[in-house]
Amino acid sequence: MNNEFEPTILAFVCNWCTYTAADLAGTSRMVQQPNLRLVRMMCTGMVDPKYIVKSLLSGADGVLVSGCHPGDCHYINGNYKARRRVKLLNEILPQFGIEKERVKLTWVGASEGNEFAATVNNFINEIRELGPMEACSMAVV
Amino acid sequence: MATTVKIQVDGNNPVLALQGFLKGLLDDESIGGILVPVHLFEKGLPMPTLVTDSAKLSGADPLAPAFSMNSAKLLARLTRGQSGERIAAVLRPCEIRAFVELVKLNQGSLDDVVIVGVDCMGAYDNLSYKTFLGDADSFQATLDFHGLIGGEADTVRNGVDIASACQSCEHPAPQNADVVIGIAGAHLHESIPVMATSARGEALLSGLNLPDIESANGRDKTLESLIAARIVNRDAMLEKTKALTGTLTDLSEYLSACVNCYNCRVACPVCYCKECVFNTDVFEHKPWQYMEWAKRKGSLKMPTDTIFYHLTRMAHMSTACVGCGQCSNACPNGIPVMELFRTVAARTQESFDYEPGRSLDESPPLSVFKEDEFQETVSHMA
Ligand code: SF4
Ligand code: SF4
Ligand code: FES
Repeated sequence: MNNEFEPTILAFVCNWCTYTAADLAGTSRMVQQPNLRLVRMMCTGMVDPKYIVKSLLSGADGVLVSGCHPGDCHYINGNYKARRRVKLLNEILPQFGIEKERVKLTWVGASEGNEFAATVNNFINEIRELGPMEACSMAVV
Repeated sequence: MATTVKIQVDGNNPVLALQGFLKGLLDDESIGGILVPVHLFEKGLPMPTLVTDSAKLSGADPLAPAFSMNSAKLLARLTRGQSGERIAAVLRPCEIRAFVELVKLNQGSLDDVVIVGVDCMGAYDNLSYKTFLGDADSFQATLDFHGLIGGEADTVRNGVDIASACQSCEHPAPQNADVVIGIAGAHLHESIPVMATSARGEALLSGLNLPDIESANGRDKTLESLIAARIVNRDAMLEKTKALTGTLTDLSEYLSACVNCYNCRVACPVCYCKECVFNTDVFEHKPWQYMEWAKRKGSLKMPTDTIFYHLTRMAHMSTACVGCGQCSNACPNGIPVMELFRTVAARTQESFDYEPGRSLDESPPLSVFKEDEFQETVSHMA
């Protein structure tokens, strides 16, 4: 069954770093699995926890949040705020059986196209392994 | 050495004695008004009331085991901006803790308020209070509830018990008050100890000319056993709720009667957003969208976004949840919302080493950050 399962991954990526890295990975023709949907944000600091929750309840099997390395955030500290919010969700979601692994936070700089492709491919594999979100089959969300 | 004084109780009526104490406060020229629960009618719930005329204090009942709403929100309204006068607010410990959270969020101010905290022996939810009251006189019912020694009486009356939030509350003693009325362990038909717990409280108490006493005898011991019993209840409640909500499907079942009325949010003293996103047109979906979502799974529960609403609230305010139980009190469908939120809050508060209402100097966890923390939250490529 799991062999047929193709996960949907939503990624909230920072315009200044990870989005550029994604672009680089693409233009460099790096091999990436097609399960990812990118949402470009101006900074990871504007990823409200509810965006992540909504994604997971509405069809995403995993959510990636990726921004600038510590010290590199263009708005000084947005990525540190994002880290606290992901930490918060790490505490809340597993209580309801949503595995911690489904929400991933990484720092990927603008020049790290390799990193981006590898991060995404690994994450997709992990989630494929984990199976679909329970919410996919629920009438109540 | 903090001042401790006593309020003399005459005629076996501690409520009357406390009314006298409050009159004394109101007569002090520094105090322009008192926010206190008042019986405005013979029957029904005592409501938080801003009293400026001491004659109106004859309805005041700071000991009533009723908790119509968490007054922290009301006090925020009374202290946001200037009224030009200082007021006193008679509050339960969970109301003070919620107010401290609101002050941290600049939604209220401690500048012009004297907090009079009262040891809390618990309260009935709004419906149970009616059953508790039955045909009795409201004041008499309050006196019967407390009995002779504060914190020793059984709380089951007419088949109802105090709210489960109160049964599992480990904070019966006020924190961050200026003045504390020590009900716990007090011989309520003799005298009630009052402690000054801040400089402001000290100044106020010394002006009242009440007789000094050494200490509130027996209070610590009563509080200790009260807290111990409540922690046992709390832990059992947390375990039970965890077991009931371990998966998303279980959580949906737990919330299956939820009609998205958002009363729990309105009643919650620490749900702090000025405008809740769930009330905005973000959630005014188009008919074709509903059809699409329904078709994806074959059915769609309406109204939608119930789980989303509750999870969002947990993300926004669980670190500030004071466990007051007003969410459960407000739910028209009897959903144990408090149990759910406290279960989540226990974990989120512990993970940020945060206790709401503990200290004004501790910033709400999501309003601050450190550069060097929670490294394990970030994934790195091998
Ligand atoms: S979530 Fe419920 S128990 Fe917690 S502070 Fe809000 S109303 Fe009180
Ligand atoms: S008060 Fe009860 S029914 Fe209304 S939104 Fe909250 S849980 Fe749902
Ligand atoms: S600008 Fe990239 S994370 Fe803030």
